[in-house]
Amino acid sequence: MNDQALVLGIETSCDETGIGVVRGSELLADAIASSVDAHSRYGGVVPEVASRAHLEAMAPTVRRALDTAGVALKEIDAIAVTAGPGLAGALLVGVAAAKAYALAADKPLYGVNHLAAHVAVDRLEHGPLPEPALALLVSGGHSSLLLIDDLARGVRPLGATIDDAAGEAFDKVARLLGLPFPGGPPIDREARAGDPGAINFPRGLTSPRDLARHRFDFSFSGLKTAVARWVEARERAGEPVPVADVAASFQEAVCDVLVRKALDACSEHGVDTLLIGGGVAANSRLRSMAEQRCAKAGVRLRAPRPKLCTDNGAMVAALGAHLVEAGVSASTLEIPADSALPVTTVSLHAGL
Amino acid sequence: MRILVVDTATPAVTAAVAEVAESGVTLGPARITVNPRAHGELLSPAIQAALTEARIAPADLDAIVAGVGPGPYTGLRVGLVTATALGQALGVPTYGVCSLDGIGAAASAPGRLLAATDARRREIYWRVYDDGAPVTEPAVDQPAEVARQLPQLGVARAAGDGALRYAEQLGVPVADEPRFPDAATLVRAACDRILSHAPSEPLTPLYLRRPDVATPGARKPVLR
Ligand SMILES: [Zn+2]
Repeated sequence: MNDQALVLGIETSCDETGIGVVRGSELLADAIASSVDAHSRYGGVVPEVASRAHLEAMAPTVRRALDTAGVALKEIDAIAVTAGPGLAGALLVGVAAAKAYALAADKPLYGVNHLAAHVAVDRLEHGPLPEPALALLVSGGHSSLLLIDDLARGVRPLGATIDDAAGEAFDKVARLLGLPFPGGPPIDREARAGDPGAINFPRGLTSPRDLARHRFDFSFSGLKTAVARWVEARERAGEPVPVADVAASFQEAVCDVLVRKALDACSEHGVDTLLIGGGVAANSRLRSMAEQRCAKAGVRLRAPRPKLCTDNGAMVAALGAHLVEAGVSASTLEIPADSALPVTTVSLHAGL
Repeated sequence: MRILVVDTATPAVTAAVAEVAESGVTLGPARITVNPRAHGELLSPAIQAALTEARIAPADLDAIVAGVGPGPYTGLRVGLVTATALGQALGVPTYGVCSLDGIGAAASAPGRLLAATDARRREIYWRVYDDGAPVTEPAVDQPAEVARQLPQLGVARAAGDGALRYAEQLGVPVADEPRFPDAATLVRAACDRILSHAPSEPLTPLYLRRPDVATPGARKPVLR
């Protein structure tokens, strides 16, 4: 007899149909169907294409996750689903499906926050998160610094991007360099052969004047433009573009700002645990830089393995399990999908 | 046999329970709410309410019938993913029917009839019926284009909220009812499959339009 909650998690906030199964802190299945190939020729995620793909992938991916976990739907204790933030039409497919599974199996439903799920996923790898902790969440859709006092009931946003998300900057720079979409993995790969100090690209919102107003905020739009100018100047001069050096120098600038601000937030709030998550947290340079600088600052780094950093259903199931353990009340079948769900709302209840 | 029918192809969010026998279809408790923006919030509670009123549990259902559109995508997908997930979870077959059939086959009068629903963007989803049987494929067009084709199709009447909205342009009399797909009619369209225990079908939406996508243009220069 196992008294830990067996939770099915559904994630459809962007282009991945992710279905996860966890028992307490144990990962049983993490099935993903991605529509990324359908988006690559457009250079970005096309919402309607993503929504159509979620509908097609839902039932087969749930089947695959349950089979992998070796459990039947009727054994599941709770269903968790990303209720927001994300692409409205994409979220709606997951939320509607989760309601139907909850209704059919007569199980509680938890509509949860995508960002909180990125934080919760680490329990599957490193056990319960010590609180308070600081979370740096960076992906194509979000770039946030969060103070986690109580993951079940509320997280406090300290800062966020004021323009592009970090992952968006990777996508745009990749396109500039003729690399495929999504830009994160190819830039990471190219950068390994490059010199991160070759070009001194700007670090957004790090000047004393900017820090006064935006100490924990990010900006990647200026960096993206700086890279574009640099590349264009080379092309105009008829010189070859050193792709590896540009990739490495750009990546260095992004990671430098992210880690610097995250550690500044740790020291400001007296927090000694830093968690990184989101697709950009799969970047090898961000991981190694965070590791080195955290060690130096006496901060414990919690970095889930790359597959758990990118969007997946296991993270949603992990947050669901955490909410069940914390005795948080379930959501009703009336909950909406909320594309702009504030990060302070970890899960939706009746009356919310 | 106990059937759940759902349709979210129009602003009407429909969930109903029906009894299907060789003798015909008997509609049981139904929940129909007209709201073009809240399909996701309304559908599952509507299903739950209809089942409760029918005093049956989800596990008592023998099959699920879903209107597969055509309809505005976001709402349409709510019905289809809900029906698909219910069918999967309960281990019962799902059958798709054209949502326009719920109007075209329900409007009772002899002769040819246009069934039309609102496709937004000043277009309608439409299909022509002869004594309740479809004689054209479902399509999406501007009302003026549909009006142009009506004489050669021999259509003299119309029904559905799309026809009501563009009655003037269509130039044929439009019935007040049915405005939206009728639940019992949708079940009737799947009756043979239900009674013969036909294999479950994937519920593929009738989108009729390709997704709106913009292919990225050439790089914009940043240097002057
Ligand atoms: Zn994410």
